[in-house]
Amino acid sequence: MSRLSESSLFQLTAVRFLLFLREPEAVFWIFIFPILLAVGLGIAFRNRPPDVLPVGATTPQLTQALAAGKGLKATTFDQIAGTHALAVGDILLLAIQNPGGVVYKYDDTNPDARIARLLADRAVQAAAGRRDAVRAANELVHETGSRYIDFVVPGLLGMNLMGSAMWGLGFSIVEARQKKLLKRMVASPMPRWQYLAGYVLSRLAMLVIEVVVFLGFARLVFGVPFRGSLWQLGILCVLTSLAFSALGLLVASRAKTMEAVSGLMNLVMLPMWILSGVFFSASRFPAIIQPAVRALPLTAAIDTMRGNMLQGTTLAQMAAPLAILTAWLIVPFAVSLRIFRWR
Amino acid sequence: MGAIADSRIARAGQRAAGDRPSLLLRGLRKAYADVVAVDGVDLEVARGECFGLLGPNGAGKTTTIEICEGLTVPDAGSVEILGLNWQTGAKELRQRIGIQLQETQFPEKLKVVEVLRLFRSFFRRGITVEESIRIAQLEEKRNARVGSLSGGQKQRLAMACALVSDPELLFLDEPTTGLDPQARRHLWDLVDGLKQAGRAIILTTHYMEEAERLCDRVAIMDHGKIIALGTPQQLIASVGGEHIVEFAVSGQAHGNGRVDAGALTAIPGVQSHRVDASIHQLLVSELHTAVPRIIAALGEQGLHLSELRTHSATLDDVFVRLTGRNLRDE
Repeated sequence: MSRLSESSLFQLTAVRFLLFLREPEAVFWIFIFPILLAVGLGIAFRNRPPDVLPVGATTPQLTQALAAGKGLKATTFDQIAGTHALAVGDILLLAIQNPGGVVYKYDDTNPDARIARLLADRAVQAAAGRRDAVRAANELVHETGSRYIDFVVPGLLGMNLMGSAMWGLGFSIVEARQKKLLKRMVASPMPRWQYLAGYVLSRLAMLVIEVVVFLGFARLVFGVPFRGSLWQLGILCVLTSLAFSALGLLVASRAKTMEAVSGLMNLVMLPMWILSGVFFSASRFPAIIQPAVRALPLTAAIDTMRGNMLQGTTLAQMAAPLAILTAWLIVPFAVSLRIFRWR
Repeated sequence: MGAIADSRIARAGQRAAGDRPSLLLRGLRKAYADVVAVDGVDLEVARGECFGLLGPNGAGKTTTIEICEGLTVPDAGSVEILGLNWQTGAKELRQRIGIQLQETQFPEKLKVVEVLRLFRSFFRRGITVEESIRIAQLEEKRNARVGSLSGGQKQRLAMACALVSDPELLFLDEPTTGLDPQARRHLWDLVDGLKQAGRAIILTTHYMEEAERLCDRVAIMDHGKIIALGTPQQLIASVGGEHIVEFAVSGQAHGNGRVDAGALTAIPGVQSHRVDASIHQLLVSELHTAVPRIIAALGEQGLHLSELRTHSATLDDVFVRLTGRNLRDE
């Protein structure tokens, strides 16, 4: 064995890491779950190709004219069957051939039906020989970074860092206290700070895997943009994880039972799940509670990550949320060191 | 490696403090909200001695040993261990004592060897992890997870954790509580081996036979006080007889069916009489002459013997004699 692996800090960190990897549920919640969530949200909120609108016509010639128009799918009906299809929503518009011309039957309160009306008329007129007065060309833009998945990935990242740091520290500390392992540890010459440092270091080791796997997935599958510098994003992840580790330590510093610590954890995390803008922007909450929302560590974490990934904002431009995060690291850590119950 | 130099320095230190006892307690007192757990304990344990704190649950044994281990701060009194104290020498002491606590549960998903490697890393000097596995006879379980160990194996692992630093003084708090008889005997053999190696051991137990079997000297504790102190032989001799005669009587042949205790204690060699759950106990010094007379005396009282047995006096009998209670009743 080398000297490093004989050191107590290394051993404490390694043991913590091993225990995490041997806990299948923890591995699932931290590594697999955020990816599943991202996939689910990515599918639900994917940007669809422009819809093809279903329309109907009463003569084959008219159907042919409509089908030639872009964005329409035309079917031939007799007038009664067509009216029925329109009524049940199978088609958005029925074009009826009259001796004098064409009548469009549609619901003008339905936006899709109004679009169908425009497209159908253009197709019919073009088939009849109308020419455009002005030449027009299209240039299509699909901006990455403005999609829902781009918005939600930094949110999920922040939420995941919060959950893994708080559960990871809180549960295992209280378990060790309950099983009198903490007492046994302080009966040995182990420096107490190393016990807590072991948690933090193993957390940082996991963080690398957690963040790289999740963001790598988001990049490869959804093409989520990284506009800011990657090392600054790394710093943000580390700072976020440390702040929530400190909070987890605080929550676990006195609790004697798993039930007590679970309750406290949920009490601390639930407001942030709702208020901190994981799934939708935190600015939707009324102005009166905005100061409180901004002061939450998860809001600060997610804001800075979104700033980095979506707008390419530098750390220097995000001093306020960074200061909030740092305060959330220092204050709970200092308090929990004072009140920590070792037995 | 600095290990050899380290141990030489340690041995030199041991010589310097060699005339000091392993453990010296003076006027130790500790009260919790509603109960006085330790009520004025004085104690001295010599180097290389195996010392037992014996008493029922709640007698104050664990509080006493945890004060010695530096885990509990006494309200009053002084603790000196290996010539050091917890106020000024805590760091040094932690390195030099080995501790096994009651009911420590190691993480179930760690392997035996990983737990020991962790504990070994806390100490500057000590034996190798493999050596501690060998002493605790856990070779076959080296790579087994803690969760898969039996109760006895878990206790031996806790023992190995206490031994991995090659401590000068070993504290064992109820090392065999909750173990089956076979695992208990296995652990006794282990402690025996450590004793032979000349290590000072302080253990608590509420099993008299454990104290008798393992300890050079025993202190019997009750309600936070030491009520008797000496070698097991001295303590047993102190009750005034080496044998216990137990008997029960049934259905009177004639007479009133009462046992006349006065007639029994009048028999030469019978020291005392007591009744517990209709079993009569006599403390007897001359078994061979006393027993025929006891039987004769009972016959004269018109009583039928339904049971009769004798055994050598044990520390259990000492406790009963001192407190009027059975140890196991608590």
